[in-house]
Amino acid sequence: MYLFAAEGAEEHNPIIPLWQEIVVGTIAFALLCYVLMKFVFPRMEKTFQARVEAIEGGIKRAEAAQAEANQLLEQYRAQLAEARTDAARIRDDARADAEGIRQDVLAKAREESDRIIAAGKEQLAAERATIVRDLRAEVGTLAVDLASKIVGESLADEARRKGTVERFLSDLESTGAR
Amino acid sequence: MSSSLAAEIPWPPTVEDFFLPPIVEGTTPWFTKVTLLVWVAVAALIIFFLVTYREPKLVPTKRQWIAESIYGFVRNNVARDLIGHDGVRFAPYLTTLFCFVLLTNLFGIIPGIQMSPNSHIAFPAILAIISWVLFNAVGIRQHGFAKYMKNSLIPPAPWFILPLLVPIEFISTFVFRPFTLAVRLFANMFAGHMILLVFTLGGFVMLQSNVWLAPVSVVSWLMAIALTFLEALVIVLQAYVFTVLTASYVQGALAEEH
Repeated sequence: MYLFAAEGAEEHNPIIPLWQEIVVGTIAFALLCYVLMKFVFPRMEKTFQARVEAIEGGIKRAEAAQAEANQLLEQYRAQLAEARTDAARIRDDARADAEGIRQDVLAKAREESDRIIAAGKEQLAAERATIVRDLRAEVGTLAVDLASKIVGESLADEARRKGTVERFLSDLESTGAR
Repeated sequence: MSSSLAAEIPWPPTVEDFFLPPIVEGTTPWFTKVTLLVWVAVAALIIFFLVTYREPKLVPTKRQWIAESIYGFVRNNVARDLIGHDGVRFAPYLTTLFCFVLLTNLFGIIPGIQMSPNSHIAFPAILAIISWVLFNAVGIRQHGFAKYMKNSLIPPAPWFILPLLVPIEFISTFVFRPFTLAVRLFANMFAGHMILLVFTLGGFVMLQSNVWLAPVSVVSWLMAIALTFLEALVIVLQAYVFTVLTASYVQGALAEEH
Protein backbone atom coordinates (compact mmCIF):
# COMPACT_ATOMS: atom_id res chain seq x y z
CA MET A 1 0.00 0.00 0.00
CA TYR A 2 2.85 2.26 0.87
CA LEU A 3 4.41 1.45 -2.50
CA PHE A 4 1.29 2.39 -4.46
CA ALA A 5 0.97 5.59 -2.53
CA ALA A 6 4.55 6.37 -3.37
CA GLU A 7 3.87 5.82 -7.03
CA GLY A 8 0.88 8.13 -6.83
CA ALA A 9 -1.69 5.51 -7.90
CA GLU A 10 -5.21 5.98 -6.62
CA GLU A 11 -6.85 3.39 -4.38
CA HIS A 12 -9.47 1.20 -5.98
CA ASN A 13 -12.53 -0.15 -4.22
CA PRO A 14 -13.48 -3.37 -6.04
CA ILE A 15 -17.19 -3.00 -5.30
CA ILE A 16 -17.46 0.55 -6.70
CA PRO A 17 -17.67 0.38 -10.50
CA LEU A 18 -15.65 2.78 -12.64
CA TRP A 19 -18.12 4.90 -14.58
CA GLN A 20 -15.90 4.84 -17.67
CA GLU A 21 -16.07 1.06 -17.69
CA ILE A 22 -19.83 1.19 -17.35
CA VAL A 23 -20.03 3.42 -20.41
CA VAL A 24 -17.66 1.24 -22.46
CA GLY A 25 -19.35 -1.97 -21.34
CA THR A 26 -22.83 -0.64 -22.11
CA ILE A 27 -21.88 0.45 -25.60
CA ALA A 28 -20.02 -2.78 -26.33
CA PHE A 29 -22.79 -5.02 -25.00
CA ALA A 30 -25.48 -3.00 -26.77
CA LEU A 31 -23.60 -3.45 -30.04
CA LEU A 32 -23.32 -7.19 -29.40
CA CYS A 33 -27.03 -7.46 -28.58
CA TYR A 34 -28.00 -5.43 -31.63
CA VAL A 35 -26.02 -7.54 -34.09
CA LEU A 36 -26.80 -10.96 -32.64
CA MET A 37 -30.47 -10.32 -31.87
CA LYS A 38 -31.14 -8.66 -35.20
CA PHE A 39 -29.04 -10.57 -37.68
CA VAL A 40 -28.25 -13.95 -36.19
CA PHE A 41 -30.81 -15.45 -33.83
CA PRO A 42 -33.96 -14.55 -35.81
CA ARG A 43 -32.38 -16.26 -38.80
CA MET A 44 -31.70 -19.29 -36.62
CA GLU A 45 -35.36 -19.35 -35.60
CA LYS A 46 -36.28 -19.17 -39.28
CA THR A 47 -33.94 -22.02 -40.07
CA PHE A 48 -35.39 -24.09 -37.24
CA GLN A 49 -38.88 -23.35 -38.53
CA ALA A 50 -37.90 -24.24 -42.07
CA ARG A 51 -36.35 -27.45 -40.83
CA VAL A 52 -39.50 -28.40 -38.92
CA GLU A 53 -41.57 -27.63 -41.99
CA ALA A 54 -39.24 -29.63 -44.19
CA ILE A 55 -39.57 -32.64 -41.91
CA GLU A 56 -43.31 -32.27 -41.49
CA GLY A 57 -43.68 -31.62 -45.22
CA GLY A 58 -41.71 -34.76 -45.93
CA ILE A 59 -43.96 -36.78 -43.65
CA LYS A 60 -47.03 -35.23 -45.24
CA ARG A 61 -45.74 -35.97 -48.72
CA ALA A 62 -45.04 -39.55 -47.71
CA GLU A 63 -48.53 -39.85 -46.24
CA ALA A 64 -50.07 -38.43 -49.41
CA ALA A 65 -48.05 -40.86 -51.54
CA GLN A 66 -49.13 -43.72 -49.30
CA ALA A 67 -52.77 -42.68 -49.56
CA GLU A 68 -52.51 -42.38 -53.31
CA ALA A 69 -50.91 -45.81 -53.53
CA ASN A 70 -53.67 -47.28 -51.39
CA GLN A 71 -56.30 -45.61 -53.53
CA LEU A 72 -54.67 -46.95 -56.69
CA LEU A 73 -54.52 -50.41 -55.17
CA GLU A 74 -58.22 -50.24 -54.32
CA GLN A 75 -58.96 -48.99 -57.82
CA TYR A 76 -56.97 -51.82 -59.38
CA ARG A 77 -58.72 -54.34 -57.17
CA ALA A 78 -62.10 -52.94 -58.16
CA GLN A 79 -61.12 -52.99 -61.81
CA LEU A 80 -59.87 -56.54 -61.49
CA ALA A 81 -63.10 -57.68 -59.87
CA GLU A 82 -65.09 -55.88 -62.54
CA ALA A 83 -62.99 -57.51 -65.25
CA ARG A 84 -63.60 -60.90 -63.67
CA THR A 85 -67.36 -60.41 -63.59
CA ASP A 86 -67.20 -59.10 -67.16
CA ALA A 87 -65.29 -62.16 -68.24
CA ALA A 88 -67.77 -64.43 -66.49
CA ARG A 89 -70.66 -62.58 -68.08
CA ILE A 90 -69.07 -62.78 -71.52
CA ARG A 91 -68.49 -66.51 -71.07
CA ASP A 92 -72.11 -66.99 -70.05
CA ASP A 93 -73.27 -64.92 -73.01
CA ALA A 94 -71.07 -66.90 -75.35
CA ARG A 95 -72.38 -70.13 -73.93
CA ALA A 96 -75.95 -68.89 -74.34
CA ASP A 97 -75.22 -67.75 -77.89
CA ALA A 98 -73.69 -71.09 -78.76
CA GLU A 99 -76.70 -72.84 -77.37
CA GLY A 100 -79.01 -70.58 -79.39
CA ILE A 101 -77.04 -71.15 -82.57
CA ARG A 102 -77.09 -74.89 -81.97
CA GLN A 103 -80.85 -74.76 -81.48
CA ASP A 104 -81.24 -72.71 -84.66
CA VAL A 105 -79.10 -75.08 -86.65
CA LEU A 106 -80.98 -78.06 -85.29
CA ALA A 107 -84.31 -76.44 -86.03
CA LYS A 108 -83.21 -75.60 -89.55
CA ALA A 109 -81.85 -79.08 -90.08
CA ARG A 110 -85.06 -80.58 -88.81
CA GLU A 111 -87.10 -78.32 -91.08
CA GLU A 112 -84.88 -79.20 -94.01
CA SER A 113 -85.21 -82.88 -93.34
CA ASP A 114 -88.96 -82.49 -92.94
CA ARG A 115 -89.10 -80.65 -96.22
CA ILE A 116 -87.01 -83.31 -97.98
CA ILE A 117 -89.15 -86.06 -96.52
CA ALA A 118 -92.32 -84.25 -97.58
CA ALA A 119 -90.95 -83.77 -101.09
CA GLY A 120 -90.04 -87.47 -101.28
CA LYS A 121 -93.44 -88.49 -100.14
CA GLU A 122 -95.07 -86.28 -102.71
CA GLN A 123 -92.85 -87.68 -105.48
CA LEU A 124 -93.56 -91.17 -104.33
CA ALA A 125 -97.27 -90.50 -104.37
CA ALA A 126 -97.05 -88.99 -107.84
CA GLU A 127 -95.06 -91.95 -109.12
CA ARG A 128 -97.45 -94.33 -107.52
CA ALA A 129 -100.35 -92.57 -109.14
CA THR A 130 -98.63 -92.82 -112.51
CA ILE A 131 -97.84 -96.46 -111.96
CA VAL A 132 -101.39 -97.14 -110.84
CA ARG A 133 -102.73 -95.42 -113.95
CA ASP A 134 -100.42 -97.39 -116.20
CA LEU A 135 -101.16 -100.56 -114.36
CA ARG A 136 -104.86 -99.93 -114.63
CA ALA A 137 -104.64 -99.63 -118.38
CA GLU A 138 -102.41 -102.66 -118.68
CA VAL A 139 -104.43 -104.75 -116.27
CA GLY A 140 -107.56 -103.90 -118.27
CA THR A 141 -105.90 -104.94 -121.51
CA LEU A 142 -104.40 -108.05 -119.97
CA ALA A 143 -107.68 -109.04 -118.38
CA VAL A 144 -109.55 -108.46 -121.64
CA ASP A 145 -106.97 -110.41 -123.53
CA LEU A 146 -107.10 -113.16 -120.98
CA ALA A 147 -110.88 -113.18 -120.93
CA SER A 148 -110.99 -113.14 -124.74
CA LYS A 149 -108.80 -116.18 -124.86
CA ILE A 150 -110.98 -117.93 -122.28
CA VAL A 151 -114.38 -116.82 -123.49
CA GLY A 152 -113.62 -116.32 -127.20
CA GLU A 153 -115.41 -113.84 -129.31
CA SER A 154 -118.59 -113.64 -127.20
CA LEU A 155 -117.56 -110.77 -125.14
CA ALA A 156 -116.08 -108.70 -127.92
CA ASP A 157 -118.71 -106.11 -127.76
CA GLU A 158 -116.98 -102.83 -127.05
CA ALA A 159 -119.48 -101.18 -124.80
CA ARG A 160 -120.06 -104.05 -122.60
CA ARG A 161 -116.45 -104.88 -122.28
CA LYS A 162 -115.63 -101.32 -121.12
CA GLY A 163 -118.32 -101.23 -118.48
CA THR A 164 -117.43 -104.62 -117.09
CA VAL A 165 -113.75 -103.88 -116.77
CA GLU A 166 -114.33 -100.52 -115.11
CA ARG A 167 -116.62 -102.06 -112.59
CA PHE A 168 -114.18 -104.81 -111.88
CA LEU A 169 -111.33 -102.37 -111.33
CA SER A 170 -113.35 -100.16 -109.03
CA ASP A 171 -114.20 -103.15 -106.93
CA LEU A 172 -110.57 -104.15 -106.98
CA GLU A 173 -109.51 -100.66 -105.89
CA SER A 174 -111.98 -100.36 -103.08
CA THR A 175 -110.94 -103.66 -101.63
CA GLY A 176 -107.21 -103.22 -102.40
CA ALA A 177 -106.98 -99.72 -100.82
CA ARG A 178 -107.47 -101.18 -97.43
CA MET B 1 15.98 -7.59 1.46
CA SER B 2 12.30 -7.87 2.12
CA SER B 3 11.50 -4.57 0.41
CA SER B 4 13.53 -5.45 -2.71
CA LEU B 5 11.72 -8.79 -2.90
CA ALA B 6 8.41 -7.01 -2.65
CA ALA B 7 9.45 -4.78 -5.51
CA GLU B 8 10.16 -7.77 -7.69
CA ILE B 9 7.11 -9.83 -6.83
CA PRO B 10 3.97 -7.99 -5.76
CA TRP B 11 3.16 -9.87 -2.58
CA PRO B 12 0.58 -10.30 -1.17
CA PRO B 13 -1.82 -9.89 -4.13
CA THR B 14 -4.07 -6.88 -3.69
CA VAL B 15 -7.04 -5.24 -5.34
CA GLU B 16 -4.57 -3.13 -7.31
CA ASP B 17 -3.48 -6.26 -9.19
CA PHE B 18 -6.84 -6.03 -10.96
CA PHE B 19 -6.10 -2.52 -12.20
CA LEU B 20 -3.26 -3.05 -14.58
CA PRO B 21 -0.90 -0.38 -15.89
CA PRO B 22 -2.22 1.50 -18.91
CA ILE B 23 -1.61 0.17 -22.41
CA VAL B 24 -1.33 3.71 -23.77
CA GLU B 25 -0.35 6.37 -21.24
CA GLY B 26 -3.12 8.77 -20.28
CA THR B 27 -6.08 6.70 -21.54
CA THR B 28 -6.38 4.56 -18.46
CA PRO B 29 -10.00 4.26 -17.42
CA TRP B 30 -11.24 4.30 -21.02
CA PHE B 31 -8.71 2.09 -22.69
CA THR B 32 -7.27 -0.64 -20.47
CA LYS B 33 -6.65 -4.35 -20.82
CA VAL B 34 -10.12 -4.96 -19.39
CA THR B 35 -12.03 -2.67 -21.74
CA LEU B 36 -9.96 -3.95 -24.64
CA LEU B 37 -10.98 -7.50 -23.68
CA VAL B 38 -14.65 -6.49 -23.67
CA TRP B 39 -14.27 -5.17 -27.22
CA VAL B 40 -12.41 -8.32 -28.21
CA ALA B 41 -15.20 -10.49 -26.78
CA VAL B 42 -17.88 -8.50 -28.60
CA ALA B 43 -15.95 -8.59 -31.87
CA ALA B 44 -15.19 -12.31 -31.55
CA LEU B 45 -18.83 -13.20 -30.88
CA ILE B 46 -20.14 -11.02 -33.69
CA ILE B 47 -17.62 -12.41 -36.16
CA PHE B 48 -18.19 -16.00 -35.02
CA PHE B 49 -21.95 -15.84 -35.38
CA LEU B 50 -21.99 -13.81 -38.58
CA VAL B 51 -19.46 -16.09 -40.25
CA THR B 52 -21.05 -19.34 -39.12
CA TYR B 53 -24.51 -18.09 -39.99
CA ARG B 54 -23.77 -16.31 -43.22
CA GLU B 55 -25.54 -18.89 -45.37
CA PRO B 56 -27.75 -21.01 -43.14
CA LYS B 57 -28.72 -24.33 -44.66
CA LEU B 58 -31.41 -26.81 -43.74
CA VAL B 59 -28.75 -29.46 -43.36
CA PRO B 60 -26.21 -27.56 -41.30
CA THR B 61 -22.48 -27.49 -41.84
CA LYS B 62 -20.29 -28.26 -38.86
CA ARG B 63 -19.75 -24.63 -37.90
CA GLN B 64 -23.38 -23.75 -38.44
CA TRP B 65 -24.25 -26.68 -36.22
CA ILE B 66 -22.01 -25.37 -33.44
CA ALA B 67 -23.62 -21.93 -33.58
CA GLU B 68 -27.09 -23.52 -33.62
CA SER B 69 -26.22 -25.77 -30.70
CA ILE B 70 -25.26 -22.79 -28.54
CA TYR B 71 -28.49 -20.99 -29.37
CA GLY B 72 -30.50 -24.20 -29.17
CA PHE B 73 -29.07 -24.97 -25.74
CA VAL B 74 -30.13 -21.65 -24.24
CA ARG B 75 -33.38 -21.60 -26.22
CA ASN B 76 -34.56 -25.06 -25.22
CA ASN B 77 -32.88 -25.71 -21.88
CA VAL B 78 -33.17 -22.25 -20.38
CA ALA B 79 -35.74 -20.11 -22.15
CA ARG B 80 -38.35 -22.75 -22.93
CA ASP B 81 -37.88 -24.99 -19.92
CA LEU B 82 -37.93 -22.14 -17.41
CA ILE B 83 -40.27 -19.56 -18.92
CA GLY B 84 -42.43 -21.94 -20.95
CA HIS B 85 -43.40 -21.89 -24.58
CA ASP B 86 -43.67 -18.10 -24.42
CA GLY B 87 -40.03 -17.95 -23.39
CA VAL B 88 -38.66 -18.53 -26.86
CA ARG B 89 -38.97 -14.82 -27.59
CA PHE B 90 -36.43 -14.15 -24.81
CA ALA B 91 -34.01 -16.73 -26.18
CA PRO B 92 -32.04 -14.27 -28.38
CA TYR B 93 -31.25 -11.99 -25.45
CA LEU B 94 -30.53 -14.86 -23.08
CA THR B 95 -28.17 -16.44 -25.60
CA THR B 96 -26.36 -13.15 -26.15
CA LEU B 97 -26.05 -12.76 -22.40
CA PHE B 98 -24.80 -16.32 -21.94
CA CYS B 99 -22.21 -16.07 -24.72
CA PHE B 100 -20.93 -12.72 -23.51
CA VAL B 101 -20.58 -13.79 -19.90
CA LEU B 102 -19.04 -17.12 -20.84
CA LEU B 103 -16.43 -15.62 -23.15
CA THR B 104 -15.47 -12.74 -20.87
CA ASN B 105 -15.22 -15.23 -18.00
CA LEU B 106 -13.07 -17.52 -20.12
CA PHE B 107 -10.55 -14.73 -20.61
CA GLY B 108 -9.72 -15.31 -16.94
CA ILE B 109 -8.02 -18.62 -17.68
CA ILE B 110 -6.94 -18.32 -21.30
CA PRO B 111 -3.12 -18.36 -21.17
CA GLY B 112 -1.64 -14.99 -22.12
CA ILE B 113 -4.84 -13.14 -21.25
CA GLN B 114 -5.73 -14.43 -17.79
CA MET B 115 -7.86 -11.49 -16.85
CA SER B 116 -11.62 -11.51 -16.86
CA PRO B 117 -13.48 -8.23 -17.42
CA ASN B 118 -16.10 -9.62 -15.06
CA SER B 119 -13.66 -9.26 -12.16
CA HIS B 120 -14.40 -5.55 -12.50
CA ILE B 121 -17.87 -5.04 -11.08
CA ALA B 122 -18.83 -2.51 -13.74
CA PHE B 123 -19.54 -5.20 -16.35
CA PRO B 124 -21.58 -7.61 -14.20
CA ALA B 125 -23.42 -4.54 -12.91
CA ILE B 126 -24.43 -3.53 -16.45
CA LEU B 127 -25.74 -7.02 -17.16
CA ALA B 128 -27.58 -7.17 -13.84
CA ILE B 129 -29.23 -3.78 -14.48
CA ILE B 130 -30.35 -4.97 -17.92
CA SER B 131 -31.82 -8.13 -16.36
CA TRP B 132 -33.58 -6.00 -13.72
CA VAL B 133 -35.05 -3.66 -16.32
CA LEU B 134 -36.00 -6.65 -18.48
CA PHE B 135 -37.95 -8.61 -15.90
CA ASN B 136 -39.72 -5.54 -14.54
CA ALA B 137 -40.65 -4.33 -18.01
CA VAL B 138 -41.94 -7.76 -18.93
CA GLY B 139 -44.00 -7.95 -15.72
CA ILE B 140 -45.47 -4.47 -16.15
CA ARG B 141 -46.32 -5.09 -19.77
CA GLN B 142 -47.91 -8.44 -18.92
CA HIS B 143 -50.04 -7.38 -15.94
CA GLY B 144 -50.02 -3.58 -15.82
CA PHE B 145 -48.09 -1.70 -13.15
CA ALA B 146 -50.55 -2.10 -10.26
CA LYS B 147 -51.21 -5.79 -10.70
CA TYR B 148 -47.52 -6.50 -11.24
CA MET B 149 -46.66 -4.70 -8.00
CA LYS B 150 -49.40 -6.59 -6.19
CA ASN B 151 -48.14 -9.90 -7.59
CA SER B 152 -44.58 -9.11 -6.67
CA LEU B 153 -45.07 -7.55 -3.27
CA ILE B 154 -48.08 -9.19 -1.64
CA PRO B 155 -47.62 -12.87 -1.00
CA PRO B 156 -50.63 -15.01 -0.12
CA ALA B 157 -50.31 -14.71 3.65
CA PRO B 158 -52.52 -13.64 6.58
CA TRP B 159 -53.03 -9.87 6.69
CA PHE B 160 -51.30 -9.33 10.01
CA ILE B 161 -47.99 -10.66 8.70
CA LEU B 162 -48.06 -8.54 5.55
CA PRO B 163 -46.45 -5.43 7.11
CA LEU B 164 -43.43 -7.65 7.69
CA LEU B 165 -43.53 -9.51 4.35
CA VAL B 166 -44.11 -6.62 1.96
CA PRO B 167 -40.86 -4.77 2.75
CA ILE B 168 -38.95 -8.06 2.62
CA GLU B 169 -40.48 -8.89 -0.74
CA PHE B 170 -39.74 -5.40 -2.02
CA ILE B 171 -36.10 -5.49 -1.02
CA SER B 172 -35.53 -9.04 -2.19
CA THR B 173 -37.15 -8.51 -5.58
CA PHE B 174 -36.17 -4.99 -6.51
CA VAL B 175 -32.91 -4.47 -4.63
CA PHE B 176 -31.25 -7.75 -3.87
CA ARG B 177 -31.94 -9.44 -7.19
CA PRO B 178 -29.79 -7.13 -9.35
CA PHE B 179 -27.27 -6.68 -6.57
CA THR B 180 -26.76 -10.41 -6.01
CA LEU B 181 -26.64 -11.08 -9.75
CA ALA B 182 -23.83 -8.58 -10.19
CA VAL B 183 -21.92 -9.43 -7.05
CA ARG B 184 -22.15 -13.20 -7.55
CA LEU B 185 -20.52 -13.04 -10.95
CA PHE B 186 -18.03 -10.37 -9.99
CA ALA B 187 -16.98 -12.07 -6.75
CA ASN B 188 -16.52 -15.46 -8.40
CA MET B 189 -14.27 -14.01 -11.07
CA PHE B 190 -12.47 -11.77 -8.61
CA ALA B 191 -11.84 -14.54 -6.11
CA GLY B 192 -10.83 -17.00 -8.80
CA HIS B 193 -8.23 -14.62 -10.14
CA MET B 194 -7.05 -13.85 -6.63
CA ILE B 195 -6.60 -17.53 -5.78
CA LEU B 196 -4.61 -18.16 -8.94
CA LEU B 197 -2.44 -15.13 -8.08
CA VAL B 198 -1.87 -16.43 -4.55
CA PHE B 199 -0.72 -19.86 -5.66
CA THR B 200 1.33 -18.71 -8.66
CA LEU B 201 3.05 -15.74 -6.98
CA GLY B 202 3.31 -17.67 -3.70
CA GLY B 203 5.47 -20.25 -5.45
CA PHE B 204 7.88 -17.57 -6.61
CA VAL B 205 7.95 -15.87 -3.22
CA MET B 206 8.82 -19.14 -1.47
CA LEU B 207 11.46 -20.02 -4.06
CA GLN B 208 13.18 -16.69 -3.61
CA SER B 209 13.03 -16.56 0.15
CA ASN B 210 14.52 -20.00 0.73
CA VAL B 211 15.88 -22.53 -1.79
CA TRP B 212 14.76 -25.36 0.47
CA LEU B 213 11.19 -24.38 -0.11
CA ALA B 214 11.50 -25.17 -3.85
CA PRO B 215 9.50 -28.45 -3.63
CA VAL B 216 6.71 -26.58 -1.90
CA SER B 217 6.80 -24.02 -4.70
CA VAL B 218 6.27 -26.79 -7.20
CA VAL B 219 3.30 -28.02 -5.18
CA SER B 220 1.98 -24.46 -5.15
CA TRP B 221 2.21 -24.21 -8.94
CA LEU B 222 0.55 -27.60 -9.39
CA MET B 223 -2.23 -26.29 -7.17
CA ALA B 224 -2.48 -23.25 -9.42
CA ILE B 225 -2.95 -25.54 -12.42
CA ALA B 226 -5.55 -27.65 -10.63
CA LEU B 227 -7.39 -24.53 -9.53
CA THR B 228 -7.37 -23.29 -13.12
CA PHE B 229 -9.45 -26.34 -14.00
CA LEU B 230 -11.74 -25.55 -11.07
CA GLU B 231 -11.97 -22.02 -12.46
CA ALA B 232 -13.04 -23.45 -15.81
CA LEU B 233 -15.94 -25.14 -14.05
CA VAL B 234 -16.82 -21.97 -12.14
CA ILE B 235 -16.68 -19.93 -15.34
CA VAL B 236 -19.19 -22.08 -17.18
CA LEU B 237 -21.35 -22.45 -14.10
CA GLN B 238 -21.49 -18.70 -13.42
CA ALA B 239 -22.38 -17.91 -17.03
CA TYR B 240 -25.14 -20.51 -16.82
CA VAL B 241 -26.36 -19.30 -13.42
CA PHE B 242 -26.53 -15.69 -14.58
CA THR B 243 -28.61 -16.71 -17.59
CA VAL B 244 -30.87 -19.07 -15.66
CA LEU B 245 -31.54 -16.52 -12.94
CA THR B 246 -32.42 -13.85 -15.50
CA ALA B 247 -34.78 -16.32 -17.17
CA SER B 248 -36.35 -17.30 -13.86
CA TYR B 249 -36.90 -13.63 -12.91
CA VAL B 250 -38.64 -13.12 -16.26
CA GLN B 251 -40.71 -16.24 -15.62
CA GLY B 252 -41.66 -14.92 -12.18
CA ALA B 253 -42.71 -11.60 -13.68
CA LEU B 254 -44.83 -13.34 -16.31
CA ALA B 255 -46.48 -15.74 -13.86
CA GLU B 256 -50.12 -15.09 -13.04
CA GLU B 257 -49.94 -15.47 -9.28
CA HIS B 258 -47.22 -14.99 -6.78
